[in-house]
Amino acid sequence: MQTAIAPAPHTPQPGDHDYAVTGIDSRKLGMWGFLASECLFFGALITSHLLYRARAPIGVKTPHEVYDIPYTSVSSFVLLMSSLTMVLALAAIQRGDHRRLRIWLLATAFLGTVFIGGQVYEFTTFTKHGVNLSSSVAASSFFLLTGFHGVHVTVGILWLLSLVGISMRGKLPADKHLQVEIAGLYWHFVDVIWILIFTVIYLVPNNH
Amino acid sequence: MRRVAGRLRRLRWVAVPAALVFLASCASNAPQDTLKPHGTIARKEYHLFLGVFIVATLVFILVEGLLFATVARHRHRPGRPEPVQVHGNTKLEIGWTLLPALLLVGVAFPTIFTIFDVAKEPTKNVLPVEVYGHMWWWEYRYPTLNISTANELHIPVKTSVRLSLRTIEPGLPAAKGEDFAAGVIHSFWIPPLAGKQDVVPGRVNKLTIQADQPGTYKGQCAEYCNLSHANMRLRVISQTQQDFDAWVAQQARPVVKPESGDAAAGYALFTGRATCIGCHTMQGVQGATARVGPNLTHLMGRETFAGAMYDITPENLNRWIHDPSAMKPMRPDEGTGMPNLTKTGPHLTDAEINQLVAFLTTLK
Amino acid sequence: MAVAVTRAPARPFARPKSEHGFWSWISTVDHKRIGILYGVTAFLFFLIGGSEALLIRLQLAGPNGKVLSAEEYNQLFTMHGTTMIFLVVMPTAAAFGNYFVPILIGARDVAFPRLNAFGYWVFLAGGLFLYSSFLLGGAPNGGWFGYAPQTIGKFSPGHGIDFWLIGLVITGIGSLTAAANFIVTTLNLRAPGMTLMRMPVFVWMNLVVSFLLLFAIPVITVALFELYFDRNFGSNFFNANLGGDPVLWQHLFWLFGHPEVYILILPAMGIVSEVLPVFSRKPLFGYSVVVFSGIAIGFMGWGVWAHHMFAVGLGPVANSAFAASTMFIAVPTGVKIFNWLATTWGGDLRLKVAMLFALAFIGEFTIGGLSGVTHSIVPSDYQQTDTYYIVAHFHYVLFGGAILGLFSGVYYWFPAVTGKLLDEKLGKVHFWLMIIGLNLTFGPMHILGLQGQPRRTYQYPKGMGWEVWNGIETLGAFIIALSILAFIFNVMKTLRSGETAPPDPWDARTLEWTIPAPPPEYNFAEIPVVHARDDFWHRKYTEDENGRLVRIPAGGADDGHHGEAAHGDGHGHGIHMPSPSYFPALASLGIMVVGYGAVYLKTNHTWWLMAVGGVVMLAGVFGWGNEPLAEEH
Repeated sequence: MQTAIAPAPHTPQPGDHDYAVTGIDSRKLGMWGFLASECLFFGALITSHLLYRARAPIGVKTPHEVYDIPYTSVSSFVLLMSSLTMVLALAAIQRGDHRRLRIWLLATAFLGTVFIGGQVYEFTTFTKHGVNLSSSVAASSFFLLTGFHGVHVTVGILWLLSLVGISMRGKLPADKHLQVEIAGLYWHFVDVIWILIFTVIYLVPNNH
Repeated sequence: MRRVAGRLRRLRWVAVPAALVFLASCASNAPQDTLKPHGTIARKEYHLFLGVFIVATLVFILVEGLLFATVARHRHRPGRPEPVQVHGNTKLEIGWTLLPALLLVGVAFPTIFTIFDVAKEPTKNVLPVEVYGHMWWWEYRYPTLNISTANELHIPVKTSVRLSLRTIEPGLPAAKGEDFAAGVIHSFWIPPLAGKQDVVPGRVNKLTIQADQPGTYKGQCAEYCNLSHANMRLRVISQTQQDFDAWVAQQARPVVKPESGDAAAGYALFTGRATCIGCHTMQGVQGATARVGPNLTHLMGRETFAGAMYDITPENLNRWIHDPSAMKPMRPDEGTGMPNLTKTGPHLTDAEINQLVAFLTTLK
Repeated sequence: MAVAVTRAPARPFARPKSEHGFWSWISTVDHKRIGILYGVTAFLFFLIGGSEALLIRLQLAGPNGKVLSAEEYNQLFTMHGTTMIFLVVMPTAAAFGNYFVPILIGARDVAFPRLNAFGYWVFLAGGLFLYSSFLLGGAPNGGWFGYAPQTIGKFSPGHGIDFWLIGLVITGIGSLTAAANFIVTTLNLRAPGMTLMRMPVFVWMNLVVSFLLLFAIPVITVALFELYFDRNFGSNFFNANLGGDPVLWQHLFWLFGHPEVYILILPAMGIVSEVLPVFSRKPLFGYSVVVFSGIAIGFMGWGVWAHHMFAVGLGPVANSAFAASTMFIAVPTGVKIFNWLATTWGGDLRLKVAMLFALAFIGEFTIGGLSGVTHSIVPSDYQQTDTYYIVAHFHYVLFGGAILGLFSGVYYWFPAVTGKLLDEKLGKVHFWLMIIGLNLTFGPMHILGLQGQPRRTYQYPKGMGWEVWNGIETLGAFIIALSILAFIFNVMKTLRSGETAPPDPWDARTLEWTIPAPPPEYNFAEIPVVHARDDFWHRKYTEDENGRLVRIPAGGADDGHHGEAAHGDGHGHGIHMPSPSYFPALASLGIMVVGYGAVYLKTNHTWWLMAVGGVVMLAGVFGWGNEPLAEEH
């Protein structure tokens, strides 16, 4: 019986597609760049809301007056936990445990879905109180900000489910853990943005 | 010698046109010329500009001169040795970083001083006027004199006229708790007297204008307000205090109802079937205080109408009432502009329009 | 010869593999072909935008012009500005960046080849989307700056503005992805020895521009969405009637808009920084200073935005602060001018057409820069703003600056792309007609602005003293048009002729001249090892004790294909390049369909169209994600 010779580890050479002068994989660097631009995107949305948070016509409620902080705290906690499961998913693939990878990815997607469901329920409650996209600029800016955040979470959920599918087909081996890491970067970023939104928008008092 | 002559010959392509341009701009007859100030604020702004422009021209001559010089001197000629490979010169580079910076610091001081100076609230000899930008004409209300007019702003000489600028569209539904719907952004600009100030919904910007002598000055809206922005013109007529007071007294008078003839029929139409008072103020007529269109009570006291676009003549007024949008693009269907009253609403006939014009021409 | 591309296993949607023909262009992921696509498309938009300008000038040639109605004029000036900025200058810079950045840093391609293709297709989609508005009820008429509230609801009925909003969101996606791609490429794919301070200035400027785009595009995207919601879904971000503030639009727009103007000019400045040293036969004077001033402009450009808003009523303190910041951004700009002049001084100037354009850039851009400084004199700007004086300023920096710089790049790099030299005589005709035309068109605008002619006005009355200069400007515009015809004729004649250029025709300094022209798909047979800035030059020349050039004899000087990569068979066997893909184009198509759905969503309830577009887009994205970058052997 021949002894299997382990293949030499592939070191990227100049001209190779995965060559990286900075030592950081290009795909990871690209994701960081994208996240940097997302900071400006959410920054502009948050700034618009901070400008408008107290502006509503007389008799019309601002979002601040209808927040259910305990409820939103729970859904924020759910999203926070999803970052934990995402870390566990990455750890799983790095040690070659593909079953656990898929479980933790599904858990992350599930928690994200619960968060989105919670948002949907929260927003329908708001509309019952007369707080909707056109009721006031306070509400318009709130819904645009949280709406775009929700879109980002949804895109993330789709991404995670795709990774589960790829893994199930056997196309996500341990040496491709970077793909999970990059998805994780995106997911954690979306979570951090939510922490920011929850703190600045929900928790900071509105001196109406 | 030949090289110098060559250089000078090339320079004439720049020097002659530049001189022509400079002369042309001095010898112009442009009513909205910012380089011929007739008021205190415009003069301050002009002097500041002149100083900086002179500095800029000197820098221009230096840079363009160096450009021409380097081409003339260093263009390739056969047999020249390869050039010395200079990579830089730190002293020079520091120099041409610091020197412009210092120059700009010098320019910054008078600039900031004048910013504050021009923004100051005037304290002596002040006349407040409320300016309302509509799409696409100007309304003026004098709160201390209780009069209102349109497009042509009369002011007394040597008075600080403090304008409060607002934009409204009375033709559109107002928000709850507000008198009028806010309009779009305009900019009030009367170049001979002062630089412009934007008219912004949600704020009340201020502008001071002061004329040195009696005269008529032209200006126009200077912030794109869509369709007829080009046609939103204005005039400022500065008068001696005596003439101004007389004008104010006239503006305060209610309409004189014509006794007979076409003018009387026109009055009846104006206040009745033709629905004019639905949009236009006619002082003295019960309930005729609308501000959708200009106050017409003393129309003939003005030189122009339709946003100072047309001279006031019976022919022009007649054409206007027949088909306003043909003379000035507007959007009456959206509530911003005068509708066609022959095709819609009262369906006025030619005869009725003649009567209306006959009435309007009595409105001194 | 071409790189061998293997046959992929038979699948329902097989990987394209054609090298030639129409479909090869649709599926290409080669940065060079993508560069050509960007360049040709941008030039076509340049002709359209230029025609819009000619119509505008015809309307304004005399008082009370009757060539165009008010609505037609307003749509044309809106589209002229939007086209020139988003569909001409930015993509032309992208064309050069795409083609040359990888080669200049010694790489084979960009970091994300399919994302690169996607950036082009999304740009094309956005441009076509914007222009389809002419056929679908009318183009946008709110100006390229789209100030609220005249772009909302009753003040701007119809769908034109929605086409503008969604069209710019679409092109913005392309700019953003291109920016991320260039940043990663420049940081990660440099050849050994190519340190950051050895990179050509063009690569540096492209890097700064990419960072500017990365941060500026999201800001305008937020503004565009907010205005879209105001128009379609009853929000009130900019509606003062219901608590909104139109000035917020201006802040958001100009926070993007000012860095945008540096995005427009820095690539051309990069090109000029390449051309001047080559045709002066001397290095760039003060390379570090030129690079750092570019970076400084990038940073400082974020602090001046409200100089577009001096007349809005922000108050004397804000106005003073922005006056100061605006004055100071002139410093790094001026430094570049002086460094460029010093580069030419003492050189041996070869006045080829590429060099003429670069020299003219210095002269014309200076005029625009100086008038810009006069705008920072706030009380004087109260007279200048919104007049033709401003129109003069930005056309001098954008036409006299960016366009001239980009044409310099065209003449300089034409032989590197095609292996042919553009005709010098015709080039000089183009150059002189363009210089005369541009100065006749935009020079008098300074005077007209100071004499009180406002901008964005479809007509002006008699008796304002503006007739003569307006007439001259219209003449100037047609002279510019003639110059473009000379250019087109030159390109077509050159492409048809068989004459090839010698290798390294300009005796240049940088790596793109070390490879064959047109370059092979893999660019370098062997990745070069770089030892110095202007490495290629230093393989050809050294300096004597007086600092004068001395040619290095034999080996390196004449065929330019060598360097340290002299070994290797030079035919690229064994080099795996990324395989072509249809998915980037498919994804862009999907986005375009989503865009139409968004425009008609409120009035026609086109949720279904958005869903269809979404599915197509997702199909493109999933296909792209699932296929390998290159098919395995």
